[in-house]
Amino acid sequence: MTFAVVVFPGSNCDHDAYHAIKHVLGEDAVFVWHKETSLHGADVVLLPGGFSHGDYLRTGAIARFSPVMRAVEDAARAGTPVLGICNGFQVLLECGLLPGAMLRNRDLKFHCEFVHVRVERTDTPFTRAAREGQVLRLPIAHGDGNYWAPPETLDALERGGQVVFRYATAAGEVTDEANPNGSVHGIAGICNEARNVVGLMPHPERACETAVGSDDGLVVLRSVLGTMAGDGALEAASR
Amino acid sequence: MKARVFVTLKPSVFDPQGHTIAEALHSLGYGAVADVRQGKYFELDLDVESREAAEKLAAEVSDRVLANPVIESFRVELS
Repeated sequence: MTFAVVVFPGSNCDHDAYHAIKHVLGEDAVFVWHKETSLHGADVVLLPGGFSHGDYLRTGAIARFSPVMRAVEDAARAGTPVLGICNGFQVLLECGLLPGAMLRNRDLKFHCEFVHVRVERTDTPFTRAAREGQVLRLPIAHGDGNYWAPPETLDALERGGQVVFRYATAAGEVTDEANPNGSVHGIAGICNEARNVVGLMPHPERACETAVGSDDGLVVLRSVLGTMAGDGALEAASR
Repeated sequence: MKARVFVTLKPSVFDPQGHTIAEALHSLGYGAVADVRQGKYFELDLDVESREAAEKLAAEVSDRVLANPVIESFRVELS
């Protein structure tokens, strides 16, 4: 299976994603420069973390107009699994593939630390190998991760089961203290209505080996293998 | 023609930066500053003939790029 890792000027987790896919998962990964107009038939699209275009104007605001985004939007609408991590999530919000927007963290600080998130839904391509309620220990590194959506959008997200990850304690309790940035309803990640597009602020690709502090992020990347290959492969991947 | 664009967070959206600035002002004794909302200001140099075209162009780029309509609203002034 081939993952397209999109590279914007200022992306800085593109190589982390490539490493996790290629060297930890043993799958194929190709870098796709943001000026390209094709994803080269990749099975999965990954928008990595970083500071695309210096985060000028708003996070992800310039990147969403990159030529490659047209191909990403087409792929997303055709049902291809798309994962946006951190800045990639912000790009997905700006281009409207996911609803809502990011505000500055409520304490105005850049948070670079490990947090816990609870898996709320396992019916997405990136959580299928996880258990509902499973707590993942993942790193975050962002200044604009304070997720916000108008009340009607928030209601629709909750009703539609589109909240995929929430900040929680190590025991899996969603509390205000466990929320690092002030995100509404403790939201750390969401999916679109069709459920094939997922965005989250924490970095699963940076938590794929115990040598770097956690391998809890593997389940996110491994989930998509099962999605594409069928349930038998999913079970094999989650073992 | 020049356009000035003011982008601000919608009233329903909490502004962490404005809130922090207001608290700082209060700690300096400016209690009469009841609240602060921080925004962005852009100056556009527009290569168009008519005021109407300028208004249309400024509004279009503000809505599409300069502001995120989910959280922000904008106001255009021509000069």
